[in-house]
Amino acid sequence: MASELVHRFESVQQVRDGLRDIDYLADDGIAGVAYLADRLGKPVLVEGPAGTGKTQLAKSIAELTGARLIRLQCYEGMDESKALFEWNYKKQLLRIQADKNSDSWTDIHDDIFSDEFLLTRPLLEAITADDPVVLLIDEVDRVEVETEALLLEILSEYQVSIPELGTIEAKQIPLVFLTSNNTRELSEALKRRCLFLHVDYPSMEREREIVLAKVPGVTESLAEQIARVVRSIRSLDLKKAPSVSETLDWARTLLLLNIETIDETVAKETLHILLKYQTDIAKAAKDLSVDE
Amino acid sequence: MSATETRSMLDLLNGFVIQLREAGLPVSLTENLDAMDAVQHIPIEDREAFKYALGATLIKNQAHWRSFETVFEVYFSLRGPEYKLANADGESSELDDLWREMQDASQEGDGRGGAGSLDALTPEEIAHLLMQALMQGDQALMKALARQSVQRFAGMEPGRPVGGTYYLYRTLRNLDLDGMLSKMVDAANHGQESDAGRLEQRLEREEFEHRITEFKAEVEAEIRRRLVEDRGVEAMAKTLRKPLPEDVEFMHASREEMVSLRKALQPLTRKLAAKLARKRKHGRKGPLDFRNTVRHSLSYGGVPAEPKFKYPRPAKPELMVVADISGSVAAFARFTLMLVYAISNQFSKVRSFVFIDGIDEVTDYFKATEDITEAIHRVNTEADVVWVDGHSDYGHAFEVFWERYGKDISPKTTVLLLGDARNNYHASQSWVIKEMRMKARHVYWLNPEPKSYWNTGDSIVGEYGNFTDGVYECRNLRQLEGFVEKLA
Repeated sequence: MASELVHRFESVQQVRDGLRDIDYLADDGIAGVAYLADRLGKPVLVEGPAGTGKTQLAKSIAELTGARLIRLQCYEGMDESKALFEWNYKKQLLRIQADKNSDSWTDIHDDIFSDEFLLTRPLLEAITADDPVVLLIDEVDRVEVETEALLLEILSEYQVSIPELGTIEAKQIPLVFLTSNNTRELSEALKRRCLFLHVDYPSMEREREIVLAKVPGVTESLAEQIARVVRSIRSLDLKKAPSVSETLDWARTLLLLNIETIDETVAKETLHILLKYQTDIAKAAKDLSVDE
Repeated sequence: MSATETRSMLDLLNGFVIQLREAGLPVSLTENLDAMDAVQHIPIEDREAFKYALGATLIKNQAHWRSFETVFEVYFSLRGPEYKLANADGESSELDDLWREMQDASQEGDGRGGAGSLDALTPEEIAHLLMQALMQGDQALMKALARQSVQRFAGMEPGRPVGGTYYLYRTLRNLDLDGMLSKMVDAANHGQESDAGRLEQRLEREEFEHRITEFKAEVEAEIRRRLVEDRGVEAMAKTLRKPLPEDVEFMHASREEMVSLRKALQPLTRKLAAKLARKRKHGRKGPLDFRNTVRHSLSYGGVPAEPKFKYPRPAKPELMVVADISGSVAAFARFTLMLVYAISNQFSKVRSFVFIDGIDEVTDYFKATEDITEAIHRVNTEADVVWVDGHSDYGHAFEVFWERYGKDISPKTTVLLLGDARNNYHASQSWVIKEMRMKARHVYWLNPEPKSYWNTGDSIVGEYGNFTDGVYECRNLRQLEGFVEKLA
């Protein structure tokens, strides 16, 4: 380990309250794991359906700790020159051409592989930062299994090895969050290095709280109704269940339409905000109108 | 934490990890060490946080969470007094206090003289009370009543070797929760004016259902606690263990397990598609690509230093799935259809057939709809699969298959046969498989029966198997995954 662990949080409760103050409503699991991540200095692998606030968690933690958020968006075909570091090839070329006569070969060789010619990418940037940072590696399930290996060194040792320069160790241990939509199984090696956190759709009570916190102007009873309808829709067998962000969109829509209470017609007419597939909409509409 | 405390904590955790491993959960050494680290920071008194801390360090797959939770509940249920976790005695006296308070309150209201504790109530009163608690969503009272009902109705006897399900059944039978649900719905509708919309009614009902599920879970937990108390952690950990999703047998999967199976299928079929496609891509090199070679020779001053080859275009994998959906493999058939459905989303060219003693193509049923339940329903009701009596006749089904669709099998086709090969002593017609294999790329057979049952009774999987590229036992996801791995 590079440096002393500096604890950011005092207790689980503090994490939860802190997150609540910035309108992120964490449940027991989320707050507990965030606290542990800080205490143990381990990265957190956040997994769960899309739109349940996985990325938001990292952002909120960054806001809470007053740290800078460094984000690495993963995509298929990402390689180390995009994730870790890259040599500034053009600048190196210029350096060689600038004074052809003065330097001997060895000088140039040593010189062009130095910090000056290094382009830092998100991972290296997070390691070398002087100020507190939160590193977010988003949608890690999108990269190929082989590319995952790039992350292993930084996740377990908080260091990056550059062949020409040697090993760069972290000045401080950043909080690291990896998110995954679980489109494929991540490698054991990666999972072993992380704390695992599954973020699922919130319980009805929590969803109501989220709606109340995030949508100003919504009444308690409307929020309650929204949460209940959404729970009801989620229990159907759908291609894509409504996410929290879609719930919030729905709440905002209802507010704009000046709707105080949701009845069947309102629900059916605004379903397309919650659901994105035509088959799902048809199914939900059918289900909502069936009388018990 | 003092040295001895740490020591006992380590012992406790060690035992826990052993239980997890016995339940089939993969816990590596580093994860074990992380857990030890974690519990230094999370006080064990905070049971929920403690559970999540252990979960975050030990469990790296959401599908395993349920198994983990069960082991946790069992293992730590009795560590209460010693380790100050949820304390059964303390809690119950608290609840009695709560109950007494409520009694006092109601006494003022209707002047009914009440006894000091729940024990004195008649079953009717309990039922009434439970209904009230459920309707108001009173968590504490629900908990107390769950405890009371188990004590009263389960009739648990020490040392009696029956599983928790039996007691659960006995308790719930006495409570008649289904009847209670309709009563609750009625009462709720009665209370409000009937202008509450149908949507509102429906939501109300769902809320009640949700609470009843919660209550059931509470009863189950209480039974588990008592069982563990009676027979000890080690014995109970074994019987109460829930199988991991990948170990659930297709033939005996419950409805709930089927749902999680379906979720797990998706990535597996994607893998299957990738495996079959990749094989083509990485195949041997094709003939020399003259154009491309000349084009590249320009960078070497016209010398063809870098020969280029034509790679065979990766052909789209073709798949034919032929599945038995007769009664003997009914549960497996449901799974099979799910598998076929998932596969047909991954492969561009899948044709699926189902048979009992007749055979029918069902490809269009899966293509026509995006809703799998509907597709399965259509297959079960509309497909023409009965020829004579609706008992499996592999021989006839294969014969008809060969006659009608045999010409469509090309050297690019992989044929998957799914079934137990229980042929009811009909003619096997295994020559069809033989011919099929000559024409097709591969022929595989997946059998949902345990290997020890093969070729017993009317099973003739061996006879067919001789002509295939392999027969695989396929009773759970793990084995299916193994099959997909082997394909590569």
